[in-house]
Amino acid sequence: MDTKTIIICGVGGQGILLASDVLSDVLLEAGYDVKKSEVHGMSQRGGDVISTVRYGKKVYSPIVGEDEADMILAFEKLEALRNLRLLKRDGKVMINDFRWDPLPVATGTLEYPEDIAERVSKKTKNYKVVNATKVAEELGNIRVANIYLLGVLAKEMDVKREIWEDVIKRRVPQKAVDVNLKAFAVGFEG
Amino acid sequence: MKKLLSGNEAIARGAWEGGVHFGAAYPGTPSTEILENLSKYDDVLTEWSTNEKVALEVALGATFGGARALVAQKHVGLNVAADPLFSASYIGVTGGFVIVTADDPGMHSSQNEQDNRHYARAAKLAMFEPSDSQEAKEFTRIAFDLSEEYDTPVLIRMTTRTSHSKSLVELGDRKEVEVKGYQRDFHKRNLLPANARKRHVFVEERMKKLEEFSNNFEYNRIEWGNRDIGIIASGVAYQYAKEAIPGASFLKISFSYPLPFKKIEEFIKGVKKIIVVEENDPIMETEIKARFPEAEIHGKDMIPMINELNPRIVKEALGVVGKPDDVDLGEIPPRPPALCPGCPHTGIFYILNQLKVTVTGDIGCYTLGALPPLNAMDTCVDMGASISNAHGLDMALRVIKGEKKRIVGIIGDSTFFHSGITSLIDLVYNKGVSTVIILDNRITAMTGHQENPGSGKNIKGEPTKEIDIEAIVRASGVEDVITIDPFDLKLAKRVINDAIHKEEPSVIIAKRPCALLYRKIKWKPLKVVPDKCVGCKICIRLGCPAISFRDKKAVIEPFLCTSCQLCKDVCPIDGAIVPDDSMEGLMIRDLWDLEKEMKKNKEEK
Repeated sequence: MDTKTIIICGVGGQGILLASDVLSDVLLEAGYDVKKSEVHGMSQRGGDVISTVRYGKKVYSPIVGEDEADMILAFEKLEALRNLRLLKRDGKVMINDFRWDPLPVATGTLEYPEDIAERVSKKTKNYKVVNATKVAEELGNIRVANIYLLGVLAKEMDVKREIWEDVIKRRVPQKAVDVNLKAFAVGFEG
Repeated sequence: MKKLLSGNEAIARGAWEGGVHFGAAYPGTPSTEILENLSKYDDVLTEWSTNEKVALEVALGATFGGARALVAQKHVGLNVAADPLFSASYIGVTGGFVIVTADDPGMHSSQNEQDNRHYARAAKLAMFEPSDSQEAKEFTRIAFDLSEEYDTPVLIRMTTRTSHSKSLVELGDRKEVEVKGYQRDFHKRNLLPANARKRHVFVEERMKKLEEFSNNFEYNRIEWGNRDIGIIASGVAYQYAKEAIPGASFLKISFSYPLPFKKIEEFIKGVKKIIVVEENDPIMETEIKARFPEAEIHGKDMIPMINELNPRIVKEALGVVGKPDDVDLGEIPPRPPALCPGCPHTGIFYILNQLKVTVTGDIGCYTLGALPPLNAMDTCVDMGASISNAHGLDMALRVIKGEKKRIVGIIGDSTFFHSGITSLIDLVYNKGVSTVIILDNRITAMTGHQENPGSGKNIKGEPTKEIDIEAIVRASGVEDVITIDPFDLKLAKRVINDAIHKEEPSVIIAKRPCALLYRKIKWKPLKVVPDKCVGCKICIRLGCPAISFRDKKAVIEPFLCTSCQLCKDVCPIDGAIVPDDSMEGLMIRDLWDLEKEMKKNKEEK
């Protein structure tokens, strides 16, 4: 198969790197070659964060350029828009309906776009908006939002559910395994 | 066994497998994790050095004793270490010596985009360029043997993408190598001119031998494909090119200095034209063109010199694809990094902004004080420059031009140890009167919390001597020194204002731990009482990520607020910002005093 590319993006502190670690482990267990790339440093201070995961028979580059990603999983909706240039025409986008004001918006200098879905649709009709915060709150643990979002992503991918669940069991704290598996199930079955 | 490792983890693993005994570094993105990971191996002794020059000299000293040593730094870090680097080239090694430079094409977190492959040529050193984690591990391992065999320090050039991307690595075992011990070798290690002249002859001979190694090195390999185009590429650019045009012929360069000219000649003869795909500077291109002036060789006429590459850029440059579709997504507000909620630096920048002084800055988290709304830093050059720049500017304006303008230099604790001390001594010695603020947040924060000489712990977290910044400042001849709590805005403002009006040099140490050191604590946040908030936006000027302005009122995000209470202090309305009593937790403002008290109690006992 050709190399596939998934972008996970959001804001520093949202658990993006853990999510992309889980995704990479899952793909390795599914038998793919995997490369994963992210930028550390400045991005950890409330800046935007992007992690690129690529998989296939043999992966060369760890990153992609414009119009090259197959899927984007955005933990924050403005970040979906920011990284959309990397998406292939009619690639898939999963957007968490969560707003985190960047500083220029918080200080009242710039406006937070209200028409994100509309703008996304200019590049792809293949997008879906979910509410991870709501699901996590209903499950009683706000920290499982990222695993729920992985469930949403998993539904669009061709990897066995058991592999996902095994990796999640290994990666999350022991006492939080059940709630994380529930969060994954809500995303996967939703 | 195969494992997914970052390039930096792979370098540490390769060094361990290669029998390294000692590692030293000063943190710097994207190189930091190399030493962090090396320090996890019990059979390797490691240290955070005060700066890169010191790290390289300490490691060189270890090689004098016959130990295998590794140093790692970011590209600009190697500038700091350049002096001993060039000497080390002449001296050669006893124990193997590997020097990692992690460059930052695209400047994700750096002040320039320099291409450190130039150092291999300038200092006459061997250089490897891994293109993924497997190669990073292998080349590091091989580099130690090569170093001893050819009596040369060896450079390994990483970039942000090879350092911070993860790929599969086949793990191997450690090769146990004995520390050879020390034997005096005056002619080799003492670079008096008479000795150095002889060593230069040796170095030139060595480079010829290394070129032979390069020609025979199996990872410098030709991959024949379509003979119309021959791609010569190194580092991660090889991966981009391979993806862009997989059917072409490739000469993959893994050992890039000295270049394998025999192999290059064979490759040139086998293809119609050559395209050199390299990130940033045309280093291979220039060398190859000079050696083979008759051949059709392309490079920077097609491949951009500025910014990092990716597969798409290479595809476009090679004409494999056209420009991407132009989809208008409208204005997208940027998300610049910011000082964290509860950051002890915020208040100081808020005051500097109010006082409208000229501020020369430095490298660290606090560089973010330059951004709006704080806007409190005029310059940022390199590690330690804040103090020396302040002094030079003061000389030009106050002494030469006769103006009354006063300059404030601002620097962090780790940066002060790195190279602020010599600048401060220079300022005092040469009758400067600038004010220096040392933001002592008890850790090297920007690179992800490494210990430093002021933190009282070493790289392994073991207790060690805590170096007293205030005592260093006094010993440097500064008489006007004060240590303050940066959360005490009133005091801070008075102290800074006094200092900048004195006719003598002054140092203010603003001391409080980085807010992120309290990661596991649950905070009791503050909240805005909407009826009382008049919408004056004064709290917004702090640039705190926890405060935003919506519907003409300030709002505090409870999940971000740590209760540093600066917003409460700057708010002109009494009772408009109050603790949120519906939430349980601690307040960051109280913690430092609590800690100090606990420490005092412990000492008294």
